[in-house]
Amino acid sequence: MTQVAQGLRYTKTHEWVKLDGDVATVGVTDFAQSELGDITYLELPEPGTTVTQGEPMGVIESVKAASDIYSPVSGEVIESNSTVVDSPELVNSSPYEEGWFVKVRVSDPAGVESLMDAAAYEAFLKEEGGA
Amino acid sequence: MPELKRTPLAERHEQLGARMVDFAGWYMPVQYTGIIQEHRTVRTVAGLFDLGHMGQVEVAGPDAQAFLQYVTTNDVTALTPGEAQYSLLLYPDGGVVDDIIVYLRPSGESYLVVVNAANAEKDLAWLAEQREKRSDLDVTITDLSPRLGMLAIQGPKAEAILQQLTSSDLGEIAYFHAAEIEVDGVPCLVSRTGYTGEDGFEIYCPIEKTEQLWDRLLRVGEPMGLKPIGLGARDTLRLEARMPLYGNEISADISPLEAGLGFAVKLDKGDFIGREALLKQKAEGVKRRLVGFKLVERGGVPRTHYEVQVDGRTVGFVTSGTTSPTLGENIGLAIVDREVAGVGKPLDIIIRGKPVRAVQVRTPFHKQKEA
Repeated sequence: MTQVAQGLRYTKTHEWVKLDGDVATVGVTDFAQSELGDITYLELPEPGTTVTQGEPMGVIESVKAASDIYSPVSGEVIESNSTVVDSPELVNSSPYEEGWFVKVRVSDPAGVESLMDAAAYEAFLKEEGGA
Repeated sequence: MPELKRTPLAERHEQLGARMVDFAGWYMPVQYTGIIQEHRTVRTVAGLFDLGHMGQVEVAGPDAQAFLQYVTTNDVTALTPGEAQYSLLLYPDGGVVDDIIVYLRPSGESYLVVVNAANAEKDLAWLAEQREKRSDLDVTITDLSPRLGMLAIQGPKAEAILQQLTSSDLGEIAYFHAAEIEVDGVPCLVSRTGYTGEDGFEIYCPIEKTEQLWDRLLRVGEPMGLKPIGLGARDTLRLEARMPLYGNEISADISPLEAGLGFAVKLDKGDFIGREALLKQKAEGVKRRLVGFKLVERGGVPRTHYEVQVDGRTVGFVTSGTTSPTLGENIGLAIVDREVAGVGKPLDIIIRGKPVRAVQVRTPFHKQKEA
């Protein structure tokens, strides 16, 4: 069964955000990793990169297909998870913990508030027929 | 997913938790647990495949051999009863209608032609059209697909598992040979063929017995590690084994000589559709070649239709690519200009607009371990 972690914010493109002060940790959801299948390649923005909410910030590839990663927030990347780049399968095994992508210093905290909470994301998945 | 055609095993796949997709108009499992895991199961143990989407055509009548000799590229007269051969249907210009397996039935009385799901209707129409043109030949063409079920069991333990359900000695079925035997009491045509690069069998049974055989094979095979395998792993397995996929490595626009399938094209056997075009290609020199490559730097996974360059010049395109579950490397096949083809020579694969360095390697990427 697809897992939706509580306390996070979600996008319709299946990224999650965990906000701690003005620093957002970003990854993709359990639903996303399950849809993609075995993940074999990640391209993440380097620290210092400016990312924009809703714009592509990286690439995730599975055995099956390549997809864009859309930034769920606007701001500056302050850390990129090199462990997950070296071991992309962590996105499959631990999408909400070890499989995180980047930490972003958010320039627009209100933008995060506009994202779905866990309940809304679960409802959204049901609507999509995915959960 | 409405409107899709279903094999007798569609409900089984759902019960097994498969992710179901539209494949060539069929409701098929792409994966059960994960492509990499399923791929490794076939390489190390054995996997069971639902091939109910494949098409089967019977070619019979006094002139069946002459007809097939005319519409296919391989030499049908070389077949002994029970033998199978890889072959191709060509357009007059040398492009490929489909790649097929032709069996001379063990009785020696008729031929079974197995075609790709995506091409089944097109092939039947093509064959009917050729029969019309060759009214001098007495031949009947029958679509057996609605009556025949098809399964495959592939992997190093395939024979040991299948042997538990039959009293016939599977050891007597040689590679690319078939026998009519009973499996779990069901009369089947069983051939030592497959699309994985492993030892294994393909099983043709009365369609209403498909579920029985699937269930029994899983039951006797599970203690030995047999697992159901989806189309995702079927594709990575065949790619590692450098087996062509219609629409990727061969198509109406890629000739069998370019795709390295000359072994299945017998230009000296006499007239057949496409022969003139291939003779001309051969005389002029085949301009493109299918090559295997692996990426030698990070940058993504090569995918079908990605551009291939050398020194910034376009030299071809990727026909298939993936992260090889066996090698852990990003591999692919590409059609490239002959001048740049050669094991050890470099290629750049253009991934999201950026050249990623690759080197041409020997294929198949994976070879079955000697028994």
